[in-house]
Amino acid sequence: MNSSFLRFSSITKKIWMAFLGLFLMIFLVVHLGINLCLLRDDGGAWFNAAAHFMGTNYIVKVFEIGLFAGFIIHIVLGIILQVQNWMARPVRYLVSNKTTTPFLSKYMIYTGCIVLVFLIIHFMNFYFIKLGWVSNVNISADGEPEFYIIAKELFANPMYSILYIVLFIVLGFHLNQAFQAAWQTLGVNHPQYNVCIQRFGTFYAIVVPLGFIIIPFYFLLIH
Amino acid sequence: MKLTLKIWRQKDAKSTGKFVIYSLDGISPNCSFLEMLDILNEDLIRKNDDPVVFDHDCREGICGMCSLYINGRPHGPDDAVTVCQLHMRKFKDGDTIVIEPWRAKPFPVIKDLMVDRTAFDKIIQEGGYVSVNTGGAAEANNILVGKENSELAMDAAACIGCGACVAACKNASAMLFVSAKVSQFALLPQGQIEAKQRVKKMVKMMDELGFGNCTNTYACEVECPKQISRSNIARMNREFMCAKMV
Amino acid sequence: MAELNSKIPKGPLTSKWTYYKDHQNLVNPSNKRKLDVVIVGTGLAGAAAAASLGEMGFNVKIFCYQDSPRRAHSIAAQGGINAAKNYPNDGDSVYRLFYDTIKGGDYRAREANVYRLAEVSNSIIDQCVAQGVPFAREYGGSLENRSFGGAQVSRTFFARGQTGQQLLLGSYSALSRQVKLGTVKLFERHEMMDVVLVDGKARGIIARDMITGKLERHFGHAVVLATGGYGNVFYLSTNAMGSNGSAIWQIFKKGAFFANPCFTQIHPTCIPVHGDYQSKLTLMSESLRNDGRIWVPKRKEDAEAHRQGKLKANDIAEENRDYFLERRYPAFGNLVPRDVASRAAKERCDAGFGVGSTGLAVFLDFRESIGRLGKNVIEERYGNLFQMYEKIVDENPYINPMMIYPAVHYTMGGTWVDYELQTTVTGLFAAGEANFSDHGANRLGASALMQGLADGYFVLPYSIQNYLSGEIRIPRMSTDKAEFAEAEKAVQTRLEKLMSIKGTKSVDIFHKELGKIMWEYVGMARNEAGLKKAIELIRALRVEFWKDVKIPGSLYEVNTELEKASRVADFLELGELMAYDALNRNESCGGHFREEYQTEEGECKRNDEDYKYVAAWEYKGDGEFAMHKEPLVYEEIEVKQRVYK
Repeated sequence: MNSSFLRFSSITKKIWMAFLGLFLMIFLVVHLGINLCLLRDDGGAWFNAAAHFMGTNYIVKVFEIGLFAGFIIHIVLGIILQVQNWMARPVRYLVSNKTTTPFLSKYMIYTGCIVLVFLIIHFMNFYFIKLGWVSNVNISADGEPEFYIIAKELFANPMYSILYIVLFIVLGFHLNQAFQAAWQTLGVNHPQYNVCIQRFGTFYAIVVPLGFIIIPFYFLLIH
Repeated sequence: MKLTLKIWRQKDAKSTGKFVIYSLDGISPNCSFLEMLDILNEDLIRKNDDPVVFDHDCREGICGMCSLYINGRPHGPDDAVTVCQLHMRKFKDGDTIVIEPWRAKPFPVIKDLMVDRTAFDKIIQEGGYVSVNTGGAAEANNILVGKENSELAMDAAACIGCGACVAACKNASAMLFVSAKVSQFALLPQGQIEAKQRVKKMVKMMDELGFGNCTNTYACEVECPKQISRSNIARMNREFMCAKMV
Repeated sequence: MAELNSKIPKGPLTSKWTYYKDHQNLVNPSNKRKLDVVIVGTGLAGAAAAASLGEMGFNVKIFCYQDSPRRAHSIAAQGGINAAKNYPNDGDSVYRLFYDTIKGGDYRAREANVYRLAEVSNSIIDQCVAQGVPFAREYGGSLENRSFGGAQVSRTFFARGQTGQQLLLGSYSALSRQVKLGTVKLFERHEMMDVVLVDGKARGIIARDMITGKLERHFGHAVVLATGGYGNVFYLSTNAMGSNGSAIWQIFKKGAFFANPCFTQIHPTCIPVHGDYQSKLTLMSESLRNDGRIWVPKRKEDAEAHRQGKLKANDIAEENRDYFLERRYPAFGNLVPRDVASRAAKERCDAGFGVGSTGLAVFLDFRESIGRLGKNVIEERYGNLFQMYEKIVDENPYINPMMIYPAVHYTMGGTWVDYELQTTVTGLFAAGEANFSDHGANRLGASALMQGLADGYFVLPYSIQNYLSGEIRIPRMSTDKAEFAEAEKAVQTRLEKLMSIKGTKSVDIFHKELGKIMWEYVGMARNEAGLKKAIELIRALRVEFWKDVKIPGSLYEVNTELEKASRVADFLELGELMAYDALNRNESCGGHFREEYQTEEGECKRNDEDYKYVAAWEYKGDGEFAMHKEPLVYEEIEVKQRVYK
């Protein structure tokens, strides 16, 4: 897979990056919806039900494959592009570039990598359990993992919560640049709509991470 | 004005270079940046030193030959100008100015601050034209072009091929340069017939030459002396997608 | 030396070119492949000729000293390109364009050439539009025109203030296409050092690779020079820093006559000189005179106060302004030809009405047109020029009037060529500004682009075949031939000699000195005593140069000082020839103004009786020149006093 990606032209790679990025952003909204169920004071009934549905529904399972492929391709492409970019300037400048560019736009690979680290931790905590890779966890009466309890326990740990909050802020920066960049890459750039795209991207990049961030706050401060 | 200059000196393509510090006094603020370098060179020649080699020609901001990376910015601290149009009044008395050549794999240094930009010519040779032979053209007004599109095409065609976009880009990407040419023809009826082949070939050559990928930081647009818009890059992406898919 | 034969085809003026094309010899396609053409210069003429000859199937080698063909100085032309399309329906025609060009050139151009130029002008526009040159358009999508100096019709096509750039990029793209197809081989960062003659015919060139410093030999069945003008002999000019007269000077020494060297054009609208360190003068397009009004203060005390910085231009009341062009030339007003406008500005400044810190400037004011049309319209028309002015002068021209002064811009003189653009050396051709043919004693605005492209696309590719058809039996020559070796040796010796001087003064010091002499004595106004003095001074400077020039570095590397030295060495000879020619021409015409020959109102006083000829100079050794006359015969046009009043 890797070598065929290398043979793609730079623009093809970027178009895939953008397309998958937007796809992942849609997924993130779904994920947020499920997570917000944690805020319901019902002992995790809704949350577990949602988790159960996501874990067992066949349509979701099909999407899941696409989702994972999306993640992996997005990450692999990001790394390939970055390596090529480094290679394009073998001798660096003495004075680093002073050109004014959008905030953190030059650091997408770094914000991306931080998100990736979080993703791995997140997988270890939740997804691997579902796969049965990690044992010794709370199992409900009908033999399913109690995600509500796992989440609750994790958020009870202030270190984890802070890490979680920081990482979602980083993700917010990543998304803020990513949204409009994706449309630019997909060829959507029109004076009439650019402001709209920019504003929606920023709105999304604030609201969605904020939605996630509310949850640890809820568990830390209120619950 | 009194200035300290830190300039990249490199004997030839094969040698390793280094920064050399020079000091200069009595520079008029109305002097252009290249005239300041002329004064430095005059001084160096007097001292039996080798003058600093840099590319320059028209000195009115249109030939695209001058190419200096000054204090972290291609063409220096002023906006929408080439180095030859940059004036010393943009600096302060006592400033230290670091002058580097364009840095990119496809732009190897020839000597001092002079780099080889034939990579750009190679990209144009792949398709930066309408294939029309001399003599066969039809009456000019048979081809009508709406004012809006002709203005946009002109915006794109204003590119002077200096390479500041590549020099500014953290990835040394040539997307702004290539997209300006692709856009010019994409916006005009004359360019439609070869549009698909053009964008594919030019992008392929751009990749082969070792330019980096665009990561949408838009530094190119900021540093372009002719203020070529990044919307051209979007247009090229669009053209490329269509060319590949259809 | 035989009589100069301009080879003008027979028949009436309007059908000469058709007659020529119908009767010239052609080369068949299989023979074209076997013929090599060397072209020097990648400006409009060079690139267009290379592309066209490549398309036809010839093997072309093209050379430029810049890093890319796209940098040639044609790129800097701002205003536009003329053509007799008559799109605005204002009564234009091929004949009118021809007439205006001859008249603008003060009746010192060759009638047949100029008519041909006007004739092919329309094809140029067609060709460029087909190439995708983004000319300005009307809202309906058709091409837009504007007016330019020396014409009463709007016949100038333009692409904002960057017409030269767009036309050059058009021919550069056509050239690039041929490079890709393999018919044209491109040699960038190569400078032509000499032409090689074999049995009296041009058979190639010696070029220096400007990166390695090595000399190279290149064979061609024919050699074309499209190397532009020699305005840099004045040091300060609107030319690019690298523009030089060395190629045409080298061929001059090999027997190609040099015609009308004293005809230089001083452009009226340039940004004035501001300091000793200045390296070049920036042109503000002539198109600005469409909407800008040129004036100086009416009262000397106002001018004086402005020079001292005590009075602002906007504070000078309307009634105290002298719109001297409108006053002197009511019919053409601010749109008089360049030579007239330049001299009028100089006259006012010499009389003590000049403004700016040096007193060598006049105002170019847009206040009225901004009031009439609005700032937006002016910005749309001249935005980039205004921006350029502000960057250089640090003053906002929308608020304060621009200050301008004349500067050397173009050289109408150049290598003598016949109707086929062939020089007096067989097989050696000259196109574009490098030749003398079309502009007489003064070039009209927007005509240089027209001539460069006419020569490159439509004239040379035809006329060179007439010559090449006779060369099909000549196989490619080996560059080991004695003639090539000798030419290379001579160049090598010359360069070594330059390097061995190891004097005390840099090349620029000599170049600036030469420039001062030229501007002072061979500039806008000339007189006998001054010209004689100039010759003396130039000779002395030349001697000093060869004794005391200092060139650091070595031959075999990038050596910009050596490049400059070699060019300045040639300018030091060319300048002298210019003075000779100006001295010989005891009349005032176009850009050549001899103070002794003027009317009471200070206008040019031409002498058609004695000087209605092209002065073609032959090289006879260092500082020795012989003059040949090509009489100018006007069959279609009545030679008149040039009146723009």
